[in-house]
Amino acid sequence: MASFSALVKVLLLGAVGVLLCVWVVENPQDSLVSRLVTYDKVWVLLLQHLYLVAASALLAVVTAVPLGVALTRPAWKAWAPRVLAVVNVGQTVPSLAVVALTVGVLGVGSKTAIVALWIYSLLPILSNTLVGFQELDPAITEAARGMGMKPRRVLFRVELPLAAPLILAGIRTAVTITIGSAILAAFVGGGGMGNLIIAGNNISRWQVLVLGATLPVLMALVADIAFERLETKASR
Amino acid sequence: MIRFEKVFKRYPGEGSDAVRDLNFEIQAGTICMLVGPSGCGKTTTMKMINKLIEPTSGAIWIGGRNIDTVDTIELRLSIGYIIQDTGLFPHMTVGENIAVVPGELGWKKDRVNARIEELLELVDLNPKTFRNKRPHELSGGQKQRVGVARALAADPPIMLMDEPFGALDPITRAKMQDEFLSIQDKIRKTIVFVTHDIEEAIKMGDSIAVLKGGQIVQLASPMEILANPNDPFVSELIGGRNSLKMLNLMRCGQIMKPLPAGKTEAEPKGLAGAKQGVLGLRATAQDALAEMLRTGERFTYVQDAGGEVVGLVDFEDLLQRASRHGVV
Repeated sequence: MASFSALVKVLLLGAVGVLLCVWVVENPQDSLVSRLVTYDKVWVLLLQHLYLVAASALLAVVTAVPLGVALTRPAWKAWAPRVLAVVNVGQTVPSLAVVALTVGVLGVGSKTAIVALWIYSLLPILSNTLVGFQELDPAITEAARGMGMKPRRVLFRVELPLAAPLILAGIRTAVTITIGSAILAAFVGGGGMGNLIIAGNNISRWQVLVLGATLPVLMALVADIAFERLETKASR
Repeated sequence: MIRFEKVFKRYPGEGSDAVRDLNFEIQAGTICMLVGPSGCGKTTTMKMINKLIEPTSGAIWIGGRNIDTVDTIELRLSIGYIIQDTGLFPHMTVGENIAVVPGELGWKKDRVNARIEELLELVDLNPKTFRNKRPHELSGGQKQRVGVARALAADPPIMLMDEPFGALDPITRAKMQDEFLSIQDKIRKTIVFVTHDIEEAIKMGDSIAVLKGGQIVQLASPMEILANPNDPFVSELIGGRNSLKMLNLMRCGQIMKPLPAGKTEAEPKGLAGAKQGVLGLRATAQDALAEMLRTGERFTYVQDAGGEVVGLVDFEDLLQRASRHGVV
């Protein structure tokens, strides 16, 4: 039942996106818009946007989760507050500034955008991983050790599965934020839906701007629903 | 057999020892109860056996081997471990929980499956119904049974039990104690059982170690502890009425006077209308006394499992047995 209604929601959101796109493309105000906004171009920008989000989120998951796990091991525990403080400071820097700073180091292009978005997604995943492990019932992990499970097995068979719902919640936050922030990639030549917003703004065609702003919102909502499903599955 | 030899434990940054100069032995196949108030060192003592806690000094021997020389994982796999609320893994089914230790030992799937069924039956849970349930779907008593099954999975010679029945309501608790004792009759494990409940210790233990401030103040059989508490602390822990508690340790089957052969035939028929109740062989002397108080008679009959009256417990004898130890 839950999965059914989630599917309906996703289909509805998709339909809204398609209809909006069809409306803008089929009713160009002038030749400027008809040249700028075609199905092909929107499709390419959409894929670029998805690529930026997927690449940076994946990078964030494979770095923040192991880092979080390491910071809950006895040998590294003491470092957790310090690392968290550093990542926290990173998060308070406005995302546009992060993007701009990264350009200084890496130049323009999608790589720069991905690195900036990656830095920005670290915090929610890292802090949720830490909390997920800290919230584990110590009696459960002690039972696992006391029964003779090797530390690695305790981690993979007991701790990670039990912390999974919170880690997933962190990834969910990171991904939904990143879908929005990925608009900024357009400023550094990274492509994505931001291109439509900038173009729409420059030529003062509000339909183009609305299309560029709405599609990421719909994507974020779809991602949110998908992760919600995953979380309920993991915490079952 | 488990032997503690001059074992001390002091936690870092603490001013005094958590346990001090432990020297004692637990015989193979018996239940040793570690009892005392919180902070007395009973759990520390137990956790040193599976190396969850390392002693500061001293040695612990299991079956002639110093556990210091045994690989930690290997040691723990050979010791069943049950904690309060059982520590069942909430994300695994009952079957998966039981399969954890066999899995660590690399058993084949068929063998694990057969073992899961066998164990669930041992703890009186229907494998079909319970195997695929998750811990949150079980009652407290059922969780405890699964905890016992999980600890027994690889048939370890030793079991450590840390207040396993502590979170259960009194009725379920008494039932679990009885069932566990009857399982122990079959499996004869060496069991170290931590509790703060002296009644539980008296009921379950073959021996009882009373701890206070990290030291054993008395280590003796339940009967001996009740009859001769060697320390005011032990007496206080027992809380008086020792004789009544001792009656709980005597089984009618042990203390009854067998009826003369000729009489056994006649009595059961006469009993049909009699006021005297008839007790089973496993009923306690306290049950017998209660029965006498109820009926106003100075004796009560005892019947075997087949319902045949085989003996009687009489009041004078009971009085003598309880008072012989000189405690009231």
